[in-house]
Amino acid sequence: MSNVTITATTATGGSSVHADFVAGPGITALFGPSGAGKSVTLATIAGLLRPVTGTVTIEGTVVADAAAGIHMRTQERRLGMVFQDAALLSHRSPLDNVALAVRGGAGGRERREVARSWLERVQAGHLAHAPTAALSGGERQRVALARALAGDPRLLLLDEPFSALDHHTRVALRQLVLDIVADQDIAALLVTHDVDDILALATSVVVFEPGRTEGTYAVNARDVPALLRDMRVTPHGDPGP
Amino acid sequence: MDDWFPLLLSLRVATMATLVATTLGIALAYLLAKGRFRGRGLLEAIITLPIVLPPTVLGFYLLTLLGVNSGIGRAWERVFGGPLVFTETAAVIAASISALPFVVRTARAAIEGVDSRLEALARVAGHSEWHVARLVTLPLARRGLAAGVALGFARALGDFGATIMVAGNIPGQTQTLPIAVYDATQAGDYGTAHVGSLILAAIAIVVLLAISQFADRRI
Repeated sequence: MSNVTITATTATGGSSVHADFVAGPGITALFGPSGAGKSVTLATIAGLLRPVTGTVTIEGTVVADAAAGIHMRTQERRLGMVFQDAALLSHRSPLDNVALAVRGGAGGRERREVARSWLERVQAGHLAHAPTAALSGGERQRVALARALAGDPRLLLLDEPFSALDHHTRVALRQLVLDIVADQDIAALLVTHDVDDILALATSVVVFEPGRTEGTYAVNARDVPALLRDMRVTPHGDPGP
Repeated sequence: MDDWFPLLLSLRVATMATLVATTLGIALAYLLAKGRFRGRGLLEAIITLPIVLPPTVLGFYLLTLLGVNSGIGRAWERVFGGPLVFTETAAVIAASISALPFVVRTARAAIEGVDSRLEALARVAGHSEWHVARLVTLPLARRGLAAGVALGFARALGDFGATIMVAGNIPGQTQTLPIAVYDATQAGDYGTAHVGSLILAAIAIVVLLAISQFADRRI
């Protein structure tokens, strides 16, 4: 079963990105050099950008079809999103940040209860009323993850969620993401520059070259050396020449 | 200065004009910052016009638009039983139009300065555009919006040219403090002119200090 299928070209300010891959259950990494179009691809799947050609399908629903003029609004795609630097609302408490992402007709009290349980799930229950601007990088990412999950998404879009964190925090948050994706039985797309992220989390990896996807590879321990050779990278390093 | 009417009238007119310019101005700023429509550049130019036009020209156009022979002027007279021009309401309209571009330009910059990813996240979470504006964009732009409102108030309080054209210089009715200063100077009453000028300058300085407070404070 495929959770996301994208065959689409998106134009952004003079350049364009062509993405062509199928992502199944579990975590699919999007890997490649900066500016290759990984974040643009996430934005296209989220509906924040409209593809100029092609289609995007999420769990069997066509959410974008340029030729047919279909464009499901971002609000209706039921996604959860996390950025590199959390991007929390600094004028709201961590609890409010999560509560604002709870979907449906739930009242304020009910939203807060759902939000609190998600904060506890990401081991951030004690931060519910902390000053948002004073949170550490790891704390912010936990709150951002709770916010992404609070809307009961069918797909998580994670745009370099660990890259601003120190090693220790990164390892802890990787495990948290892995556990949550398994528990909730949802799919996730993970944009990353870090081969360790891929090895620790991903079941498959979509490799980007500038402006397009190059191919999709399964990630398992046996294939790792070949995978890294295919990606022209060395472990713990950036893409080679 | 023994007649306080011009100061009280000025404060009343500027307050009303600030309310009008704030409501209209923030809506227009949002439209200009977020909207992609034909004629956006023209709309922006028209809103900015009061900054660059001589105030007398602005006042002349308002007089033409709102005067007793205009459609609006006649409609007003039918409903309210008297002409619109040369009233306190006309002074409010003149001050509102003068203040509007200052509110719009400051508010627009503040709205455009909001991190677009925060707005994107709110959309991803299912919020309508109206909710995104109310929960994310406007609260995060609040300092710039406050600065725009303060600037608009200062501009409304200080308007002279447009106000005298469209509301006239009727002591006890439409003579605002800037106009009273002009009148006193013409009459050689420098004492009154000094007091009025000092009051206007003091209010302007307080407002400008408040604006720099909005800009400096970080939360």
